[in-house]
Amino acid sequence: MADSRTKPNSNLGANLGANLGEWIFHNVTRLFALLTLLLLAGIIASLVYGALPSLAKFGPSFLWSSGWNPPMEEFGGLVPIYGTLVTSLIALAIAVPVSFGIALFLTELSPAWLRRPLGVAIELLAGIPSIVYGMWGLLVFAPLFGQYIQPFLAATLGRIPFLGQLFQGAPMGIGLLSAGVILSIMIIPFIASVMRDVFEVTPAILKESAYAVGATTWEVVWNVVLPFTRVGVIGGIMLGLGRALGETMAVTFVIGNSDQLDTSSLFAAGNSIASALANEFTEAVSPMHTSALIELGLVLFLITFTVLVFSKLLLMQLARQQGKKT
Amino acid sequence: MDLRLRRKLTNIVALFLSMLAVAFGLFWLFWILIDVFKLGVNAIQLSLFTQMTPPPGSEGGLLNAIVGSLVQVGLATLIGTPFGVLAGVYLAEYGGHTWLGKTTLFINDILLSAPSIVVGLFVYAVYVAQVGHFSAFAGVLALALLVIPVVIRTTENMLVLVPDSLREAVFALGTPKWKVITRVTLRASMAGIVTGILLAVARVSGETAPLLFTALSNQFWTLDLDKPMATLPVTIFKFAMSPFADWQRMAWAGVFLITLGVLGLNILARILFRQKH
Repeated sequence: MADSRTKPNSNLGANLGANLGEWIFHNVTRLFALLTLLLLAGIIASLVYGALPSLAKFGPSFLWSSGWNPPMEEFGGLVPIYGTLVTSLIALAIAVPVSFGIALFLTELSPAWLRRPLGVAIELLAGIPSIVYGMWGLLVFAPLFGQYIQPFLAATLGRIPFLGQLFQGAPMGIGLLSAGVILSIMIIPFIASVMRDVFEVTPAILKESAYAVGATTWEVVWNVVLPFTRVGVIGGIMLGLGRALGETMAVTFVIGNSDQLDTSSLFAAGNSIASALANEFTEAVSPMHTSALIELGLVLFLITFTVLVFSKLLLMQLARQQGKKT
Repeated sequence: MDLRLRRKLTNIVALFLSMLAVAFGLFWLFWILIDVFKLGVNAIQLSLFTQMTPPPGSEGGLLNAIVGSLVQVGLATLIGTPFGVLAGVYLAEYGGHTWLGKTTLFINDILLSAPSIVVGLFVYAVYVAQVGHFSAFAGVLALALLVIPVVIRTTENMLVLVPDSLREAVFALGTPKWKVITRVTLRASMAGIVTGILLAVARVSGETAPLLFTALSNQFWTLDLDKPMATLPVTIFKFAMSPFADWQRMAWAGVFLITLGVLGLNILARILFRQKH
């Protein structure tokens, strides 16, 4: 105080300087936060703008017509959209039970010393770049898959009436099923780590009460932990689905890249939105071809966006529920 | 069957399946890593690091692709890091409770998992299509856009962890908020933020999809950011899909280098983070 009375001017200047510095810093950080928001708006706007010619020419039927004929300028997105959905669903069908098992092991069974290294190992699976999965999938996995697993599936599941139609045809190794399997390996770490995290928030007192009345480990997980964390578990599965839908390189290598699809077999080669983009975009010569591909990109972005928003909302709901209870 | 026995059996079967699930996960990890190392090490030669990518059938290396990757990932990190840290500071220190803060945090988590190929399309539409040609700079932009959400997320997470008592102690000395943030809270969470940056670098080093329509590729040596530039992932993509045995061999070498780099960064990030916490 003594200082401010003797040198009022310099203190005022210092205050002003501090306020100005504060104002600048505050607003610079706010600007960058705002830019992040604008990025999302920009992505959507640029995709819609790029897709306009195709949207105008084909309308909504783009989503369910299956002709993809660049020389004739006929484009329908059904085959890649179907491929994207089918490969992602196959991936979920494999990844969800496996991830659940991994999360169960990590939270309830594993000795404490093993927990960390195992968790890290599973997370390293998420760190491997998708191009590695892709190349390995094409050159190592697909030949073995076509030689041993596909004939086995055709001979067992393929015999079942109706369902068997999914497992018909030549075992080529590449195709929708192989792409789904590779995708499942890629999304296991994401789903498993979310499941582990949400399982860990289950209050110990709930689990201990169940153990105290004689429940087995499995009963505790199935009847106490899972119902308690259901919202979060679904959120984790959605996150994995979001990842699977947009995955490009791993799928591009093994899906077979065929624009035609006239069989219901999962052994058949197909295409996904992301792999169609990866393969055709730089080679597209006509503006309509480019525009149709951008429309596919828009469809992909809207699907993943919806799935990811849903996932995030569910996980937030679990966190809020948590906040209320503790 | 006896109820007790049945419960016990169900439990045993379920726990066994859970262990099997862990084994399933580890099985793929080791299978992939062993193959990549075995095939990759065999293909490693000195010429990989001294020669340019060759046309099919002749000798060559990956020098231009390796340097191209280093240049583009390096520049993308330089652009993306300050952007991400500043936005993260806003979310944690200023606007966490405003609508802008909440919305940005929410949207950022979506961007974190959004398909990277769409980011490539975006950069194509707003930059490549406007200037009329593919360029390394476009690739840098696309990668920077992928770095940003990762850095925002970790910066925000780490700053929130800094105890308020620390902030209050510095405020009590009459320090303005921006100085508190730059001199104290950011420093206190430095290890965590650096971890986030390393993870972001690891993520974009392996990215292929967003580079396909931005940086494209280039068979020759270039450091000109206005021209197409080769990168390791795109070169691997081109070589692995080719029918030529020597190209595939070089692709395995490239995959080996990338896996080594990315897993190395991941492990480094974990060690760094663990030492501090």
